[in-house]
Amino acid sequence: MAVTVELQNLTKRFGSFVAVDNVSFAVEQGEIFGFLGANGAGKSTTIRMLCGLLRPTSGAARVLGVDVARDPEEVKRRIGYMSQRFSLYEDLTVIQNLRFFGGIYGLKGALAREREAWALEMAGLVGQENRLARELAGGWKQRLALACAVLHQPRVLFLDEPTSGVDPISRRQFWRLIDAMSAEGVTVFVTTHYLDEAEYCHRLALIHAGRLVSLGTVSEMKSIFGEGAVLEVVAPRATEALEALSQAPWVVETSIFGRRLHVVVRDGEDGRQRTLELLAARGNVPAQVDSIVPSMEDVFIHHVELEERRIREAQA
Amino acid sequence: MRKLRAVATKELKQVLRDPLSLLTLIGFPAFMLLLYGFALNFDVRHVGLAVQDLDHSRPSRDVISAFVNSTYFDVAATPGPAEDLTRLLERRVAKAVLVIPEGFASDLAAARGAQVQLLLDGSDSLTATTVLGYADAIVAESNVRVLGQAVTRAGQRLDVGIDFEPRVYYNPELRSVRFLVPGLVGLIMMLTGVLSTALSVVREKERGTIEQIRMAPLNGFELIAGKTLPYLGLSLVATAFILAMAWAIFGVEIRGSLLDLFAATLLYLLGALGFGLLISTLVNSQALAFQIGLLGSLLPALLLSGFVFQIRLMPVWLKAITYLVPARYYLVILRGIILKGASLAPYWDQMGYLALYVTAVLGLATVRMTRREG
Repeated sequence: MAVTVELQNLTKRFGSFVAVDNVSFAVEQGEIFGFLGANGAGKSTTIRMLCGLLRPTSGAARVLGVDVARDPEEVKRRIGYMSQRFSLYEDLTVIQNLRFFGGIYGLKGALAREREAWALEMAGLVGQENRLARELAGGWKQRLALACAVLHQPRVLFLDEPTSGVDPISRRQFWRLIDAMSAEGVTVFVTTHYLDEAEYCHRLALIHAGRLVSLGTVSEMKSIFGEGAVLEVVAPRATEALEALSQAPWVVETSIFGRRLHVVVRDGEDGRQRTLELLAARGNVPAQVDSIVPSMEDVFIHHVELEERRIREAQA
Repeated sequence: MRKLRAVATKELKQVLRDPLSLLTLIGFPAFMLLLYGFALNFDVRHVGLAVQDLDHSRPSRDVISAFVNSTYFDVAATPGPAEDLTRLLERRVAKAVLVIPEGFASDLAAARGAQVQLLLDGSDSLTATTVLGYADAIVAESNVRVLGQAVTRAGQRLDVGIDFEPRVYYNPELRSVRFLVPGLVGLIMMLTGVLSTALSVVREKERGTIEQIRMAPLNGFELIAGKTLPYLGLSLVATAFILAMAWAIFGVEIRGSLLDLFAATLLYLLGALGFGLLISTLVNSQALAFQIGLLGSLLPALLLSGFVFQIRLMPVWLKAITYLVPARYYLVILRGIILKGASLAPYWDQMGYLALYVTAVLGLATVRMTRREG
């Protein structure tokens, strides 16, 4: 498999602030590659460098073999890009939007007509050509934006938070389209902060405070707890339980999701027993202590905690 | 070229779909022309004149009819001997009061130097100055006639030394609308040109569509030309529309060649559109772009272009600023073409300054628009 997107020690500084810090990884052709991180973690800055819009401070990135710092225009010609704002012209019709985006990517004649027809089909907008984009519901708008972004048949597609503000059913349909493109060999590079969407990705990179903190498949990432396990605890007084558990020496990490606590322990069965005993001793008898399959959220929090600890130790 | 056309087509479709921006481009200029054409009138005619004739003689009536026959004055009141004349000015019954004292005819006959008095409302200095000029001329003319009659009675012929015969070219009746129309065209085109481009780019910033454009393989020329050409075309249509209206309503005809007019207007509009683009690179909201565009185009074109206020009367520092106002150059050219029927040749220096302005703003706008971040 050929490498289509490659980052080598990619770094971006804005003054003294390091937005992207020495990030390296490679994405292979046809992969759906998820780029995860909290807001402000450096996702957008990275994607803007990869699309030739921002010049890296140091390090290098190549997209389809083209150096993004040396030839950003060539990069722009070859990639497709869609942002979370579905940058359509709301005051133009469906077909006018398609013609415009086809035009600025230099499509012409029969090929242009053919791609427009394909795009209408893909977005499910056949017969709606003359409707204004603003009249479309969120899911259709999103698919039209996607169609506009891939009219010129790019081999790499960058999606920046593509599913924000879209209903779950449309999101599912959208991912089906992405899957189909990947099957045809298109590399899809997608940023998201919906952690459940990470499950659609073949491989993931997790970024925190500008640094790459984890890279791998979903199951690889979930196996980071190794021999340990994640317990889901429901106790009457959740906050009190959280405090007690986070001070116990045999607990690796704690986090809270609504009324449920997630407690990472070194040993599943032993940890379950100790948790029950500890909380019972405090009159906070848990209704439930179960070993669960860690979610991406657990993985994410675990990595962020590790990274924060590393930063604190480096500063000390 | 294909990409440029895609941008231009899109822009045009957006404008045509939006009745408000079409109205701004075509309707607003027409409205401004009507407003300014009728309201901005420096002509002084039919000034209200109060006449206090205390002599009631033939010579006094001759003087009064000289004033009335000039058509510059209408008799608004004929106050009696006891009336307070300043009250007439205060209550704005009349702008001027002509007083012919008792004994005017006898003084005249005895060659003792007869007197008439003119009281003038100086609160509107522009009108007052003009009225004073008219009155001066009328009295001087009457003097010559009186002198002539006296000489004739003495059995001699009067040879007037200097026969002054002024002839005003280009605008023989000195009608101010004729003088104002070129200025209006310059003002209106600057305003719509600046606002239309500034708003079109800033709107894309506000809606986030600019992001997609930045990600596309468009070069600076394709983007800038694609954005400006549609507005250039529409503004030219608007210019033609205003000139046609000026001709139909105010009788202002274009004496020079339309091609010259077109060339000068094209250059001027490019400057306006470039300035609009430049504004759009500096601000991120349509409201702010509108304010800056309005202030930055309307005020200089109105105040510092020689449209209303004469540049040669300005203090040096203000005069220096007027060199940065493109309307200043365009106005000179336009008055030449429309009123004098001149060609572009005598105005090559003004065209040069305009070209310099266009190069500067378009260059700056291009640099700022295509600048890569970071």
